[in-house]
Amino acid sequence: MAYLGVIISMLVIFGGLAWLLFRSIKGREVERRVIFVFIFVAVAAPILFPITFEEHASPVVKGLFDHIDTLPPGSRVLISFDYDPAMAPEVQPMANAISFHCLDRGHKVVFMSLWATGQTLLFNTLEDVIRPEFPDLIDGVDFISTGYKAGNEGVLNVIVSDFKKMFPTDVNGVPLDSAVIFDEINSCADFDLIVALGGGRPGPKEWVLFVGDPADVPIGVGVAAVVAPQLYPYYPRQIIGMLGGVKGAAEYESELAHRHERFKNMAQPGLKMMGPQTLAHIVIICFIVIGNVAFFRSRRREGR
Amino acid sequence: MRRTTYIVVAGVVLLFGLSWVLHAVSMSGEADGIERAFMITMAAFLTLAIYSFLYKDNPFYKFAEHLYVGVSAAYWMCQAFWSTIVGNLFPRLSEGLSNYFQQPYQASGWNITYWIPVILGIMLLMRLTEKYGWMSRWPLAMIVGTTAGLNFVRYLRSDFVVQVSSTFMPLLGEDPHRWQGFGAFISNLDLSATGQLAAIVSNWVIFFGVICGIIYFYFSKEHSGAFGRASRLGIWILMITFGASFGYTVMGRISLLVGRITFLFRDWLEIIS
Repeated sequence: MAYLGVIISMLVIFGGLAWLLFRSIKGREVERRVIFVFIFVAVAAPILFPITFEEHASPVVKGLFDHIDTLPPGSRVLISFDYDPAMAPEVQPMANAISFHCLDRGHKVVFMSLWATGQTLLFNTLEDVIRPEFPDLIDGVDFISTGYKAGNEGVLNVIVSDFKKMFPTDVNGVPLDSAVIFDEINSCADFDLIVALGGGRPGPKEWVLFVGDPADVPIGVGVAAVVAPQLYPYYPRQIIGMLGGVKGAAEYESELAHRHERFKNMAQPGLKMMGPQTLAHIVIICFIVIGNVAFFRSRRREGR
Repeated sequence: MRRTTYIVVAGVVLLFGLSWVLHAVSMSGEADGIERAFMITMAAFLTLAIYSFLYKDNPFYKFAEHLYVGVSAAYWMCQAFWSTIVGNLFPRLSEGLSNYFQQPYQASGWNITYWIPVILGIMLLMRLTEKYGWMSRWPLAMIVGTTAGLNFVRYLRSDFVVQVSSTFMPLLGEDPHRWQGFGAFISNLDLSATGQLAAIVSNWVIFFGVICGIIYFYFSKEHSGAFGRASRLGIWILMITFGASFGYTVMGRISLLVGRITFLFRDWLEIIS
């Protein structure tokens, strides 16, 4: 049934595109709303009839994966949720996969957020992934959520030297002095790895500038696709690895599923999203070709 | 308003009510079924209202846009107040305020300097009054000055000094990708040999890409001859970079669309699991 749905969708999309190409060659314009309809169909069809592709982790994704995998169990990892619901479809799969990976390896994880909206998305990760998958782990001992603090770079500037000064309590109002996980953590320099998830400001770039470089702490980032090109210059010296957009999330999930048996049975939204991504990209490329055909045809006609 | 407008608004209200009722019926076993049904219907309505802009500008889009801006501002303000002013400031200022907001008082954290941000914050709010609006310039100047000072040091180090040194790539490779000559490369045509070549080629691209990119922006010399060719290569490098950025942007936007369509199909229409 799914295959039949995929075949019918492909016929509709590519048949429509061929018809548009024919119209363009004839010199007739394509209404912009027609493009929107094609993109909608190209995205909706693989969601209704799922298509999945094999993904392999690229070196930039493997950099972060291998670092988490090779850290000795009990290492201290800080994960910062610096994004909002608009970025969540891309970044939340990364957040879930990385959080799962860290806790599955036995690391002690501190969660925080520089965005007010990140706190709610952090709560989703705790409820959807951590509590169901790791029911034996204890809040305050194995992991802790310190929640959100306002102040952007100001927050980073403080926690780089004194974490508890900015976060005196966890998200539930429990003093961090009484949390076992914070027995050996005073500042960001005490973490073995910091993972910054986001795509805006403050975000991964600010973590590199205000914490990673001054405190010499390894930073890994998971970012929305829009800002990924801006962060490539920091790899590999200033960031150990990067997950760029949903492609990065899919690669990370694929690597996790290959190397951690438990993750195979879990939801892998990043991999699922690659089907719609691929088809939508093919449609966009086709529209670029159609647009160019129309452009050169009209220029040739004007030349006559 | 025209008659068509009344019909469209009535249709949307009717559909909204129908969706709410149907979801509430399907969630009748849950404790907060009616509220959740309303939330799902509202989220679906707002999603469709925003996307309706693709057809043309309309009142539903305007409503959703204004609601989004208002709710975002209110949400951020409340979170900042409860997490930072209540969570960080009050416990260091007064035991009474800490107890009132049920926060653990930090007697050791008390410091008179914490009154400075309180005063500056009040001065910032003076912007709302016409007579004392000038007072807001002082804290604003403080914010701008502090941010500039902090960023100057951090950017100089991370975005300039370290980035310049990162551009000086080992053009013959380095461990574990050190170049061992064509003989070794040809006789070891496996993945590691490919990785070795790729690493070296990428270092050359970075090295020449940076130089040619800078040449393109150097206008004190005519772009002709070898200099002109390097400049042309520079613009190619820039265009490829912009193309990569555009590709990533498209991927990001499609991801958002996937997220919303998945929500509509799974949570609202319930046609996928």
